[in-house]
Amino acid sequence: MNHLLAARSQMAMSLGFHILFAAVGIALPLLMVIAEGLWLHKKDILYRELAQRWSRGAGIFFAVGAVSGTALSFELGLLWPRFMGYAGPIIGMPFSLEGFAFFLEAIFLGVYLYGWEKVSPLIHWMSGVMVLASGTASGIFVVAANAWMNSPAGFKIVNGTPVHIRPFAAMLNPAFLGQSLHMIIAAFEAVGFAVASLHAYSLLKNRRISFHQRALVISLSVAASAALLEPLSGDFLARFVAQNQPVKLAAMEGQWETERGAPLRIGGWPDSKIEKTLWAIEIPKGLSLLAYDNPNALVVGLKAFPSQDRPPVLPVHIAFQVMVACGSFLAGVALLGIVWTLRRGRLPRGRWFLLLITACGPLGFICIETGWIVTEVGRQPWIIYHVIRTAEAVTPMPGLTESFSVFTLIYIFLAFVVFLLLRKEVIGADESEPLKVAGGRP
Amino acid sequence: MKDPAAAIAVVILFSLIIYALSGGADFGGGVLDLIAFGPRARDQRRAIAEAIGPIWEANHIWMILIVVLLFSAFPVVFSAISIALVVPLNVMLIGIILRGSAFIFRRHSPPGDGRGLSWGDVFAASSVVTPVALGVIVGSIASGGVQEMPSGMMSLNVWDAWLSPFPLAIGFLTVALFTFLAAVYLTVEVQEPELKEDFRLRAVVSGIVIGLLAWFCYFLAGRGAPLIRLGLEKSSWSILFQIITAIVAIGALGALWWRRFRLARIFAVLETVFVVLGWGLSQYPYVLPPTVTFQEAAAPESVLRPLLGALLVGVVVLIPSFVFLFWVFKGQRSREKD
Repeated sequence: MNHLLAARSQMAMSLGFHILFAAVGIALPLLMVIAEGLWLHKKDILYRELAQRWSRGAGIFFAVGAVSGTALSFELGLLWPRFMGYAGPIIGMPFSLEGFAFFLEAIFLGVYLYGWEKVSPLIHWMSGVMVLASGTASGIFVVAANAWMNSPAGFKIVNGTPVHIRPFAAMLNPAFLGQSLHMIIAAFEAVGFAVASLHAYSLLKNRRISFHQRALVISLSVAASAALLEPLSGDFLARFVAQNQPVKLAAMEGQWETERGAPLRIGGWPDSKIEKTLWAIEIPKGLSLLAYDNPNALVVGLKAFPSQDRPPVLPVHIAFQVMVACGSFLAGVALLGIVWTLRRGRLPRGRWFLLLITACGPLGFICIETGWIVTEVGRQPWIIYHVIRTAEAVTPMPGLTESFSVFTLIYIFLAFVVFLLLRKEVIGADESEPLKVAGGRP
Repeated sequence: MKDPAAAIAVVILFSLIIYALSGGADFGGGVLDLIAFGPRARDQRRAIAEAIGPIWEANHIWMILIVVLLFSAFPVVFSAISIALVVPLNVMLIGIILRGSAFIFRRHSPPGDGRGLSWGDVFAASSVVTPVALGVIVGSIASGGVQEMPSGMMSLNVWDAWLSPFPLAIGFLTVALFTFLAAVYLTVEVQEPELKEDFRLRAVVSGIVIGLLAWFCYFLAGRGAPLIRLGLEKSSWSILFQIITAIVAIGALGALWWRRFRLARIFAVLETVFVVLGWGLSQYPYVLPPTVTFQEAAAPESVLRPLLGALLVGVVVLIPSFVFLFWVFKGQRSREKD
């Protein structure tokens, strides 16, 4: 395996693994805080059980996420030492703040998981809110560092070295707002639908109807709100990409020619040899309209860039199409659920609806993974956009293929660990009986 | 703060000390698990598992903090270490991952039949390998194995920087130190008198091993890390510092001998603090001896000052949170006892 490809594969795998855990660490606390809040408000014991069961899941995901996050902090140096030597001081700020947010999350998750009997219900609930706030903050900080790679800011280059470094300007770089909004909302959407899917499946099996119905209402409310907001934040981010990384937008859309009134492509197969996107459904002038609010706006195509400055078009385009397709489907499901509830005062009761929700389970996570492929592969061949190429940043040390193989095995192993723990602690935990966890008084 | 680079270097050293005292003791617990023997081996393992408990992953925050501060404040150093020490770093990383997972796994899987490799074995083995790798990393930095090289002139051998007697000896010293810490902590934490005696024996043995290994490292330093040896001998204060370290080490052994376990714990903590500080002071002002001083390696002030500010804010937020955590779990327990 090629040296650079091995490094990129290992990084992609590590991030692709960690991001699932990070998303759960951000969003699951919201579900448990809502459930516990309802328990405090309505004194319905099922809500407390729900909060406890969800928090167990949060604990497992947090633990494994801490391990994979530790791995990432090392891998940044082991795979990209020259990137870190260059960028470390500039983006050290969000990473340091993330460290503290992670620390806070660990502390309050500890209180939340093991403190049911030890603190008053209100303080316990507040600890949950702290878990939610610090988890969301750490997600925002990490995305800030990534956004900087897309829109480097807060420094000047003199003789090839960064000078006049302003850490906060670097952290609050132009891509920061759009990217972090899009990621955080995506986390709530993906986790909301995944949790709803598990409970819908239990309802299909007629297990503990009242318990799982409460769970379904909470998780679907979060999922549906996020699913409707996500296309808006996506539109905001895409406009930014159109302005600042036109070659990435062209790759996302499979747009080879520079033209006025560029079409919006649905599907299609970009072929780099003939420099055309085949078999796409084209909506005339759609891309110009969406990206620039003007049906005749000029869109720069891939051919305007030398081929060594283009990202790999095929994976970026396909990943983008998959993300948009899954996201639109989820937004449609959300809209259906909301309209139905507004008109009839309750969720649809038919089995078809439970089947539909069960099927939505993985879609949000597919959106997250493909979205990251779009932003990361779409930035290539740069590791810092228009500053350092990925090939220049990779370690000079040999042995990356071996390293990639070992880490592949490790992540398979970790995934297996998570699967077993979840099956034991959350999903399979005595389906027919209430959870045997002592609790305080409301 | 007049010298922000020095301040951040101090924070890094401080984090390393806390990591050794908390995470190090967890690794030591794994070593004790590996060498558990005698009629109470099963009880020893249970006591170790209870002591490590649910916080194993939280201790790694100190290691993450060290990594983040290193690449933010001393980017050249982070880059050079990541390149030269790729093997021990990977071994340490894999050790951390396997250890954590195996520990969880062992708790959730039925006890094995004694044949084949169990999760307990994976946990114990990675508890030995990880601190060895950590010690090797420290030892090779001290011995001058890691150097900043202009790009293109890098030595492309993954073994050169660390595969020599001095770093390996430091690796074993680290394991002995962590084992000693864990054993001393456990003499205080376990209630059963027989278990206290078991861990006392292990603490005394590992304490003596530390002494022997320390002398051996000092001897190897003559060839392997001349600058460190020079640093240890260079001035009256450094000799005084070593005398204090030796007194503390002997004090720990004495306290163990007379079964003053709480006193022994204080001495053991001090011994660890002095060993890590001694390393830091002996290679001062070099961060990559014998060429790169920490002033030369430091990022510009415009980075260091905001970083210090962020550390301060972090501390202001974290300390009350820690106090709260402690109050919830330890404070209330002692109130129940009253």
